[in-house]
Amino acid sequence: MGPIVEIESLTRRFGVFTAVDSLTITANAGEVFGLLGSNGAGKSTTIKMLTTLLPPTSGEARVGGFSITKEPVEVRRAIGYVPQAVSVDGSLTGYENLLIFAKLYDIPHDEQKARIREQLEFVGLTAEAGRMVGQYSGGMVRRLEIAQATLHRPRVLFLDEPTVGLDPIARDAVWKHLVDLRTNYGTTLFLTTHYLEDAESHCDRIAIMHLGKLAALGTMKELEASLGVGSHTLDEVFVHYAGTTLDSGGTFRDVSAERTTEQRLG
Amino acid sequence: MTTAFIHPLISFVGKTFVITEFELRKLRHDFTELITRALQPALWLLIFGQVFARSGMMHTGNVPYLDFIAPGILAQSVLFVAIFYGINVIWERDLGIVQKFLVSPTPRAALVLGKGFSAGIRTLSQAIVVYGLSLLLGVRLNWSPLALVNVLAVVVLAATLFSTFSLIIACIVKTRERFMGVGQVLTMPLFFASNAIYPTTIMPVWLKVISHLNPLTYVVDALRTSMLAGSASSFGLGLDYAVILVTTVILVLIGARLYPQLGV
Repeated sequence: MGPIVEIESLTRRFGVFTAVDSLTITANAGEVFGLLGSNGAGKSTTIKMLTTLLPPTSGEARVGGFSITKEPVEVRRAIGYVPQAVSVDGSLTGYENLLIFAKLYDIPHDEQKARIREQLEFVGLTAEAGRMVGQYSGGMVRRLEIAQATLHRPRVLFLDEPTVGLDPIARDAVWKHLVDLRTNYGTTLFLTTHYLEDAESHCDRIAIMHLGKLAALGTMKELEASLGVGSHTLDEVFVHYAGTTLDSGGTFRDVSAERTTEQRLG
Repeated sequence: MTTAFIHPLISFVGKTFVITEFELRKLRHDFTELITRALQPALWLLIFGQVFARSGMMHTGNVPYLDFIAPGILAQSVLFVAIFYGINVIWERDLGIVQKFLVSPTPRAALVLGKGFSAGIRTLSQAIVVYGLSLLLGVRLNWSPLALVNVLAVVVLAATLFSTFSLIIACIVKTRERFMGVGQVLTMPLFFASNAIYPTTIMPVWLKVISHLNPLTYVVDALRTSMLAGSASSFGLGLDYAVILVTTVILVLIGARLYPQLGV
């Protein structure tokens, strides 16, 4: 499997603050790639650049073979995105939320219905399709978002904190669907999380970001081994590379956005 | 794969209507706002209009004052509904909905124009309310089909214009609190510096100049020309349409440039 997300010296500054500092990472096709870091480490900024929401200050990245700066429309066709905040519309039904994106992504008219039905079935929301999304539970909202973001069969799915604010049962359900995506369609998953156990049990490779820079990169085993003899938890690995526990850091807006998401989903 | 090969313009129009369609579907699920919105034009026509008509203070030529302000109040209610449209956009940004649309391959201008059109279609209910009240108050309306089509077209275009203006403000201020402040500051001057409730002929020169730069003046003129029986246009319907259309296109282009900033 070749590289599908190639990040090369990607940098983003906001005034004097460098949010992402010369980041170089490659994720391979079919991989579950986790970007780990405390609030403010630069994870979300990285995802925003890769999804073409935010232009980089310098550096380059190619997603699905397309340049994020020179071919943003092609990148958009190749990817799906589940933002951290709630991205489905509570004032539409589940079916309508999928239908709008089926139309925006140019899924041929005669295939739209079947595709939507397939997606609803995939995330277990067939029975709820006609209900207003405003009445969905948090886990259902996340599953609908995954269905919406993968309607056009993207090669790479970006997820920003996909399980934030969910209870353990809803979290497991979301992960089950994410893993199925890779199995069924070979979708590459590129996600940020600050749940260490999520990263540990589901990611093929993990990159730890600290203060905008790449602090460590490897499989869980490699990261553990890099700390020397003895067995180490990912917690220890994280503290070693990031010099801090996961809870510190983040701006007011980060924290407020996260809490709002938790509230809406919970 | 399909429309990518068709002429981009067709795709653009198609995407614009997709955005409009879903904005209107939301309305179908909850139409209470249509009812609450009807109140404001009713107050202006029934109270303000009647009091000023009785006072005889406004010299509106051979058109009775109530006839004179009926199209003005329609234009005003379109302005008031459209100018706060941006608050929805800020709401959608605070959720993750704006980001989701920006990550799709939809042209930015289609996202902006689609939302504008939906605001336009939403305000058609205001036209129904104002026509109903006008009938009740004995305003002499022009019922010719062409006149009615003109009124509908001008209402939709005007709402598209002002809601796009509102979206631009939303892209700049980004928070609800600041938006409400700016919205309040803008609506009254736009309304008062227009020919909506008094003719520009009685304005001091400086205000008259401003009113001629105000798109609302042309909206009111177009509505007054089409809505009333036997009312002559001040500027000509052609110029009215030209000003409204050109302003809308410019605002949509600015909006399309600024809208991606909401994704950050």
